[in-house]
Amino acid sequence: MSSMAVRLRSRRKGAGLGLVAWLLGIAFFLPIAWMALTSFHSEADAATNPPSFAASLTLDGYREFFGAGGGASPWPALINSAVASIASTLFVLVLALPAAYALSIRPVKKWTDVLFFFLSTKMLPAVAGLLPLYLFAKNTDMLDNIWLLVILYTSMNLPIAVWMMHSFLAEIPVAIIEAARVDGAKLPTILTRVVAPIALPGIAATSLICFIFSWNELLFARVLTGVVAETAPVFLTGFITSQGLFLAKVCAASLVISLPVLAAGFAAQDKLVQGLSLGAVK
Amino acid sequence: MTATTTAPVAATPVRTTRPPSARLRAWATRAPLLPALIFMIVVTQLPFVATLVISFFDWNALYPDARKFAGLGNYQEVLTDADLRHSVWTTVLLTVAVVLASLILGLVLALLLDRKFKGRGVVRTLLIAPFLVVPVAAALLWKHVLYNPEYGLFNGLLHYVGGPQPDWISNTPLLAVEASLVWQWTPFMMLILLAGLQSRDHEQIEAARVDGASDWQIFRHLTLPHLRRYLELGALLGSIYIVQNFDAVFTITSGGLGTANLPYTVYQSFYQAHENGLASAAGVLVVIGSIIIATFALRVVSSLFREEVSRA
Repeated sequence: MSSMAVRLRSRRKGAGLGLVAWLLGIAFFLPIAWMALTSFHSEADAATNPPSFAASLTLDGYREFFGAGGGASPWPALINSAVASIASTLFVLVLALPAAYALSIRPVKKWTDVLFFFLSTKMLPAVAGLLPLYLFAKNTDMLDNIWLLVILYTSMNLPIAVWMMHSFLAEIPVAIIEAARVDGAKLPTILTRVVAPIALPGIAATSLICFIFSWNELLFARVLTGVVAETAPVFLTGFITSQGLFLAKVCAASLVISLPVLAAGFAAQDKLVQGLSLGAVK
Repeated sequence: MTATTTAPVAATPVRTTRPPSARLRAWATRAPLLPALIFMIVVTQLPFVATLVISFFDWNALYPDARKFAGLGNYQEVLTDADLRHSVWTTVLLTVAVVLASLILGLVLALLLDRKFKGRGVVRTLLIAPFLVVPVAAALLWKHVLYNPEYGLFNGLLHYVGGPQPDWISNTPLLAVEASLVWQWTPFMMLILLAGLQSRDHEQIEAARVDGASDWQIFRHLTLPHLRRYLELGALLGSIYIVQNFDAVFTITSGGLGTANLPYTVYQSFYQAHENGLASAAGVLVVIGSIIIATFALRVVSSLFREEVSRA
């Protein structure tokens, strides 16, 4: 067999596998595409069998979700989620940045032990501390208070952030920092002029991942909030109590509530693995 | 309680003979670390200690005056209660099935995406999307939009080929929960394994190819051994997240039809049944299970980590 024939065959095989990849990609995306399409259908068209692919499009599902049909408005829940996610992410940054500095650029003794202590807290399941937290919140009138969630989400994401930031800061060559110091730069200058520019993309990715985890959280929010501090996922679980058809409405709601996560996730795509594997995989 | 044997940083011995300025400097180095460390200990370790204490009490929140020390009674009850034992088994089944299935699917997808083909970036984006749907929304999507026996997409598509119209959630409740989780977690595994594939030594693979090794031989003897630790990492991190799963069980079956896992049972026993002591004992058992997994996980992460440090 000539080498050209071999190359041709391997190219054909490559194209075949590319097609398989495309098909699998579409299969995995299909539920989301169907959810998006259904969200633009009327309730009657959404609940047919066989499915009506070509039914006329309408924004009724979205109108219903935003309270046009007399249901509860989702805005308080969306705002609560935004507050809990953004505030906890800011707290995480304030706590994690100095900690990561003390674990990478000017490491303390036994810094690996400290790093693994942070990681081990991540492996403690949330349910383990749920009851005492509930009792504590009840006795201190913190139940149904969004700031309790902010504190808990901070603790949930801090280990991830410390690990990620550590791996980003560790990539900064010590020589650059030393050179700046020799040139007479003080610590604040070194931090803002040398460290920050290099670490900024990593800090941004870390923030987005912390935001996603906080936005998604259900168990704490479900147990520790009620009417006032209800977050978007809790709102979503309580959404399907009404009678009648609700498919288009649910699809619209799920899509709207997932939108921030999809946006943050795609923005952080390149660093997503590193964050999810707690910095173990680059 | 933590899974490591490591001591917190404060345990670093400071010799008293050292001049005060050196001690001061050591504290200055440590200072940036302390807020984060103290915060973590207070918010995550103290509640667990409280859980441990409560687990030794017979305590129903509806009868607060009847609270009394019960020793290991709650543990005995948890381990002998048929429902609770079942939930332990469900947790194991759910975790193992989801992790294995998503790991294998993730490996297939990672291998496919490791090759160059037209639109690879688009396919990668399509594949990541399921992981970026809010878990509750994903569970609702599967329950109502896909699984619904009357107008769900699955039965709708089956309708076209004249297939049966099963009631997915009633017939195979646990499998229904598992499938939705596999859909969400496969992208996670794929991303980790893809990173592993892309960190392979390409010269070595080229050399093997020149020497006449087949694709399968290269996969079996070069790729798989290299991927081993990435597979372990994916399996262990996946286990940690899925052992704790609450959203899917809560939304799809509300723990009914034998799908209640431990986190759901803990939630139910104190949130609905107000059995604080029992809930705590079950919580402690979840932690013990997690510590067993976590010990392995930490070993894997630390071996990857040490390699990283030694390479730097």
